[in-house]
Amino acid sequence: MAAFSVEDAAALARLANLALTEEELALFARQLSDILAYAEQVQRVDTAGVPPTAALAPRAGAERADELRPCLERSTVLEQAPDAAIDAGFFRVPRVIG
Amino acid sequence: MIEPAGVRSARDAFTSGRTSAVEICRDAIASIERANAALNAFNAVAAERALARAAALDRDRAQWVNAPLAAVPIAIKDNICTAGVRTTASSRMLQHYVPPYDGTVVARLEAAGAVVVGKTSCDEFAMGSSNERSAFGPVRNPWAHDRVPGGTSGGSAAAVAARLVPAALGSDTGGSVRQPAALCGVVGLKPTYGRVSRYGLIAHASSLDQIGPIATTAADAAVLLTAMAGFDECDATSSDEAVPDYAAALTGDIRGLRVGVPRALLERGVDADVTRAFSAALEVLAARGAALLDVDLPHAEHAVPVYYLVSTAEASSNLARYDGVRYGYRAAGAVRDLRTMYARTRAEGFGPEVKRRIMLGTYVLSAGYYDAYYLKAQQVRTLITRGYDAAFTRVDAVAVPTSPTPAFRIGERVEDPLQMYLGDVFTVSANLTGLPAISVPCGFTRERLPVGLQLTAGRFAEATLLRLADAFERDTDWCRQAPPDARSLATARS
Repeated sequence: MAAFSVEDAAALARLANLALTEEELALFARQLSDILAYAEQVQRVDTAGVPPTAALAPRAGAERADELRPCLERSTVLEQAPDAAIDAGFFRVPRVIG
Repeated sequence: MIEPAGVRSARDAFTSGRTSAVEICRDAIASIERANAALNAFNAVAAERALARAAALDRDRAQWVNAPLAAVPIAIKDNICTAGVRTTASSRMLQHYVPPYDGTVVARLEAAGAVVVGKTSCDEFAMGSSNERSAFGPVRNPWAHDRVPGGTSGGSAAAVAARLVPAALGSDTGGSVRQPAALCGVVGLKPTYGRVSRYGLIAHASSLDQIGPIATTAADAAVLLTAMAGFDECDATSSDEAVPDYAAALTGDIRGLRVGVPRALLERGVDADVTRAFSAALEVLAARGAALLDVDLPHAEHAVPVYYLVSTAEASSNLARYDGVRYGYRAAGAVRDLRTMYARTRAEGFGPEVKRRIMLGTYVLSAGYYDAYYLKAQQVRTLITRGYDAAFTRVDAVAVPTSPTPAFRIGERVEDPLQMYLGDVFTVSANLTGLPAISVPCGFTRERLPVGLQLTAGRFAEATLLRLADAFERDTDWCRQAPPDARSLATARS
């Protein structure tokens, strides 16, 4: 059974890009343990040879011609950004390299 | 004299020439503004857009008099994009987000003559069962203001129940249209997966999400579904199955329809008043000629854990897009590197339920646990679907109560997420299987809280569901009962 420590929760939070507080980590460690303990019942179901259902799309694999279509103006999109150089056509983010 | 507040009466008021689209629109907006301090059902009123639209209907009146939703005010759940009108998903993350485009459902309802008057509150990113998870405060149930309206489309259900709008759109990932409809005493329909385009719906769990109508009657829900269903090239999961006129299916004749009751699922955990209303509802259907049969739904008892493993996995992936770069919130202050900016933005922008689900979903998808949780849940999902498919060779619909309990008190389940999740026991299967399901009002508890009857049918058998629900409404008056709030508002209106 999965029992989460605060350290486990902290490792997950790093994977999920969430800067959680100590209180949140302790709370989620306890709650995720409870939820997964409840979900243990799923482990007991015999699923030998049963294919997984990942998607229900009725037209799976439908294709269309790969051609240019009207889309939003670049400036319209960039106006939504918290930080952008609209005239230059870029989103602005903190330094990534060096 | 209180006018009935349905879709058809609003439309008739316009098409008969009794009143203008602008007057109908102003009236709806005034109702919303009067009621919202008490209910908090709306995140925003789209007055400017709505009045411009209504004025256009009045100007081109001849063009619109035959439109199925002519001048009908509609509320849209705030996780469906509306061009130029803030769309927040009730999250701090999108508090100031103004979409540059309309969701397909919005465009189609408007093409049918509807007027979008506002955006309704929901649980943040449509995660919750009580509408207490909005970053902008809980919505109150019009029948009892100290109780939740259900969730996640709680604002839409409360708005329709209080007769602020004739109809609204919700989205349903695990019961988010049907459960609030049940708890507020209105009709809510989750269509078959693929029946309605999700283009413009803020994604929660992509193999489960579906948009559906909330209205006071099955007939009104049928009109909305007819207007918005059908293939959309902007949503590759939408189906090209032909769209019938769902209203034409409402013949009142349900003789010979077989309604299955999964007795084993109902043995435990259902409130006594809910059981009483449910049993009485079955008798009403039987009296009209439907045949009641016992059915077995193997593995359906595992639907809640399967749902929370699958939906959180998908949500953790879908919500990775909120990174403070392209739109939405970004953590303020000097942040030196990109990873820290992401992590702080997401920690500050998301509320507790969203964070909890991202954590759970990240866990079940992580190396070493994927097979044990996510893959296993997907296999049990297949077994649950097979159980329903087998049942639908014997019956036309399956009946259960929509929710095992009536509306609970605000705050009662907030500290215990697992208890909150268990309340979804009767609704999540329709999402896991992709089947259509409807909730129709079927009575009240002794405390005068609404109870909902849920009917599930085979793929693309929405017409069967609507016919059963409409027939049920002809023999009962539950759907015509409105909460005290609605009465005072309607009086003020006339």
